[in-house]
Amino acid sequence: MFADILIMVLKVTVIFAGLMVAVAYATYMERKVVAHIQHRIGPNVAGPFGLLQPIADAVKLLFKETFPPGMVNKFLFIIAPIIAFVTACMSIAVIPVGDLVSIGGRQVELIISDLNIGILYIFAVTSLGVYGVVLAGWSSNSKYSLLGGLRSTAQMISYEVSIGLGIVGVLLLSQTFSISEIVRQQSGSIFNWYFFKQPIAFFVYFISAIAETNRNPFDLPEAESELVAGYHTEYSGMRFGIFFLGEYANMIMVSAIASSLFFGGWNGPFLPPVLWFVIKVVIFMFIYIWIRGTLPRLRYDQLMRFGWLILFPLGIVNVIVSALIVAL
Amino acid sequence: MWHALKTVLWAIPKGLSITFRYLFRKPVTEQYPRTRPKFEDRYRGLHYLTRYEDGSERCVCCGLCAAACPVDCIYMEPAETPDGIRYAKIYEINTLRCIYCGFCEEACPEEAVFLGHEFEFSSYERDDFIYTKEMLLGNYDKIEKDRVAKNIKPLFRKERQQFKVPAEPLDH
Repeated sequence: MFADILIMVLKVTVIFAGLMVAVAYATYMERKVVAHIQHRIGPNVAGPFGLLQPIADAVKLLFKETFPPGMVNKFLFIIAPIIAFVTACMSIAVIPVGDLVSIGGRQVELIISDLNIGILYIFAVTSLGVYGVVLAGWSSNSKYSLLGGLRSTAQMISYEVSIGLGIVGVLLLSQTFSISEIVRQQSGSIFNWYFFKQPIAFFVYFISAIAETNRNPFDLPEAESELVAGYHTEYSGMRFGIFFLGEYANMIMVSAIASSLFFGGWNGPFLPPVLWFVIKVVIFMFIYIWIRGTLPRLRYDQLMRFGWLILFPLGIVNVIVSALIVAL
Repeated sequence: MWHALKTVLWAIPKGLSITFRYLFRKPVTEQYPRTRPKFEDRYRGLHYLTRYEDGSERCVCCGLCAAACPVDCIYMEPAETPDGIRYAKIYEINTLRCIYCGFCEEACPEEAVFLGHEFEFSSYERDDFIYTKEMLLGNYDKIEKDRVAKNIKPLFRKERQQFKVPAEPLDH
């Protein structure tokens, strides 16, 4: 009993700490990759190759004054970044980061909670993330924040439908909601990956996921040229930093889900499973940043049209066709 | 619809391939205070006044540089040594006014004034930017020491210009 609790605490600590380190170095990776795409060098002063830059940034944000402007609704203003961050981090609980390992004669699964409805849980939690953005935009009492919050809400709600349709494609084949079970079904050969059985579902999922996390080219909620910074215009110091942590945690979650559902999660030859999982997540993060460094921002009407008239029908057709194939 | 399909299947992969190729190119950033920028020989920076090998100044205070200067940043007053050699008593360049066009070095018949490669001069006082003759000669001494140390060929001729004295006065 005691050992179970200890292992649980250890798993939560290690996975959460790993997520935080990953978030910190995702910012570093983003700055480096975008810099090199633009023929720049990127951060290179703090530590060798600028590797200590995330720590310097965190220290800077912590020491800055977190100033709430006079016109804001204080309670909601303070609670909004917390909601955004906590909901972003909660979904890590159902992601399997590795195969079974034996610690002291026990078989331990490297997943905080192996829910049999893991995917539904992820949907529930990420939908709550919208509240952080909406409340931030509303409580700031500033027109830029409000517009950013409104856009973000509309965008996240419309693209969540397409995310769901993308994932349903996998669910039809796997016949289960448990992510660790889905990952296990993809073991063996690379051709067992659901990406090869459901490529359209993957593209629908990944494009909507980029929109869902408010990233380029769908970063309208924080479009600098129009809205200053969108819903976090009035935030400063570590509250602003927490919004950023939440955004990057969301990106990592999307990458983790994509690699678990479509690319076999921790399955892979030679290297230890945890390493395979990390490699796949890093590749997805790179694709995120790569797209950010390439594509310009969409217009708002283009965004909505793309979401409802292209992605959504594509997802539905894909679901219907794969359902027919599974049924026959 | 066709347009959107063309964008997704052709334009976006093309753009991504371009950025991916650019990812591995050498960055163009100059890490300025840590690495020195490279100058061409003709770079026009802070001025200097040259000397002959015996250490005497080349400037004869003819005023051609001041006349050529489009912003009038050169001020000079002439004087003569007891043995009749003309020199500049005062030679000042206001480097805040100077536009570094290089007309002065083109105008100079004695190869006395040049624009060097020094560009990092700064001060809190505006007066410090008026370079006097001593400062300009000092600039040259620094450059000359560097030149000798690096064994670079001198930029200009060594010997004093010899003018032919007319055999007999011309008839006017």
